[in-house]
Amino acid sequence: MARKRQAELVNDTGETAAGRGAPTAFLEVRDLKIHFPTDDGLVKSVDGLSFKLERGSTLGIVGESGSGKSVTSLGILGLHNRGNANVSGEIWLDGTELVGASQNEVRRLRGRKMSMIFQDPLSSMHPFYTVGKQIIEAYRVHNDVSKQVARKHAIDMLGRVGIPKPDQRVDDYPHQFSGGMRQRAMIAMALSCDPELLIADEPTTALDVTVQAQILDLIRDLQQEFNSAIIMITHDLGVVAELSDDILVMYAGRCAEYASVEDAFHRPLHPYTWGLLGSMPRLDRERSERLMPIKGTPPSLINVPEGCAFNPRCAYCDLTGGKSTTERPELLEVEPGHKAACHLSLEKRREIWDSEIRPKL
Amino acid sequence: MVAFIVRRLFGAVGLLLIISAVTFAIFFLVPRAAGVTTDDIAGRFAGKQPDAATLAAIKDRFGLDDPVPVQYGKFIKAIVVGDTYDTGTEKIDCPAPCLGYSFRTNQSVTDQLVDRAPVTFMITAGAAVLWLVAGVSIGILSALRRGTIFDRAAMGVALAGVSLPIFFTGLLSLAFIVHRWEILPAVNYSGPSDNPFNLLLPWICLAFLYAAMYARLTRAGMLETMNEDFIRTARAKGLPEKTVVLKHGLRASLTPIMTVFGLDVGLVLGGAIITEKTFSIPGLGQLALDGVNQSDLPVVLGATMTAALFIVLANLVVDILYGVIDPRVRHN
Repeated sequence: MARKRQAELVNDTGETAAGRGAPTAFLEVRDLKIHFPTDDGLVKSVDGLSFKLERGSTLGIVGESGSGKSVTSLGILGLHNRGNANVSGEIWLDGTELVGASQNEVRRLRGRKMSMIFQDPLSSMHPFYTVGKQIIEAYRVHNDVSKQVARKHAIDMLGRVGIPKPDQRVDDYPHQFSGGMRQRAMIAMALSCDPELLIADEPTTALDVTVQAQILDLIRDLQQEFNSAIIMITHDLGVVAELSDDILVMYAGRCAEYASVEDAFHRPLHPYTWGLLGSMPRLDRERSERLMPIKGTPPSLINVPEGCAFNPRCAYCDLTGGKSTTERPELLEVEPGHKAACHLSLEKRREIWDSEIRPKL
Repeated sequence: MVAFIVRRLFGAVGLLLIISAVTFAIFFLVPRAAGVTTDDIAGRFAGKQPDAATLAAIKDRFGLDDPVPVQYGKFIKAIVVGDTYDTGTEKIDCPAPCLGYSFRTNQSVTDQLVDRAPVTFMITAGAAVLWLVAGVSIGILSALRRGTIFDRAAMGVALAGVSLPIFFTGLLSLAFIVHRWEILPAVNYSGPSDNPFNLLLPWICLAFLYAAMYARLTRAGMLETMNEDFIRTARAKGLPEKTVVLKHGLRASLTPIMTVFGLDVGLVLGGAIITEKTFSIPGLGQLALDGVNQSDLPVVLGATMTAALFIVLANLVVDILYGVIDPRVRHN
């Protein structure tokens, strides 16, 4: 019901209100909410998320487990079961609104216009079909070509992602590939229809470090080749620093901070981002220095804390005069292209970052 | 793959030998231990009120006074190379595989089994197709519509199907569908020359029992599979939901269904005793039952061995199919 109303709303405003119609950005997410009704209550996995992404650029979404990163990406692809997820808001992909679109419309965009690389390539590929068959299937569902042509394309793709002897490996099953090769095959499958939007959900988490670097290089190369927009979902800030143009820091289903990579690493303006940076091991520092983990655990998404969702774990929430526990901070643009949701004054945050946080990193 | 099959075949033969030894021991050793004399056993071969001379002749002919291992050896030898029985008046040739000779019916057991097997085969084939198609389809629909009226109704009926015995559903359907409402003709089937659709009612009754189980099994398997990561991938590729469910979901849920199906088919092939009795169909089950009722030891032994053979064969086929369905098994 809610979804339907939302869709009508989009149509209305799209025609009347200036600036609320089809956006100019390639991908624009507006006030996306994804809620799951459960027996224990309403799980607000994503609760009002907005961002834009242009072709050829990369957005890194970071946050702890359960902050809503993966739910967001599955939401963009329309992969939530509409029976148990309430999705509202707007997702505009190249002029098409996806939240109110029919399942069939979204399905036809999936795999062709937007596709996804999943975290665990072993469980994400069907164990009973060869890698080639799975790529051929992905290609043929959107392209009316013969099996031979599709097979040739699959071999091409496998070669392009750096799999040796692709004409032989194409007939292997996923379990016959190593972890890194499997992830490459997964990427080949995701890229088989030249998607314009590629969502990579922790693509390197299951891989060892040397393979990680190769996979990231590969994604970057392919992005240059196809000029795709990429959403990189990860909790590894190193990966984000490597690949992204912008960073969206998620906390409890909302955006805590949005900034360019440069700003996020050198001028972060949210205590949660400071915490993430403090939790990151660095090779260029003395081993004797301790990491500064964020105390506590991510909040329940059923009972999100009043006010700022981060307040129970924030070392500076006392400095806002109680505002942090009563009022939810707005996501405000503090500098051009740099947004943060925090009640602390900008001066105070800059002061804390310069005097307390940065010296310890 | 070939080595795997050969290994499995040897295993199957070994298993059959063990089963035959155990069966043989049950029929010839256990009664003896319980005080049954060889005269009594010979009497079961002989017919009504035999005199001492006849009994002695039978004992002699069948070597009933030989040690049991020797008798077992002869039994196996007869299966492999055949045997000749001397009734005193004539010599009866029993070619391999000879499972013994029934003096009650004056027929070799093998002939009787071969005679009855097509009937049981027809019952099994029709019922198996019905229960597999119905059970799996209902299971898939139930899984996809979990929690709806359809799901609950189907699972309710499935529970009834699993719980209701054939002699109940069979007799009830005979009474109403055949006799009162005359929707279907009477069940009348005694061999391949008869119209197989005379078996419609036994098929449905047998399938009802099994389909229920398959529906539950398929539903559980599909519910699990549809939450797998590779199903999400299939959807992310933009495949139509039908392809996602049938090609990706069902394929991965197939293994347990196939296992149970193989065993069930093997079991029913060995004789659907209750179904055959209920509908008076002269299949292997009836043969075994008659053998038991008339203490016709060779027939019972032969029927038991046949049933064992079907189950072992079904197991073998299932094992080979694992490799066909799951490449991970094939490559190990």
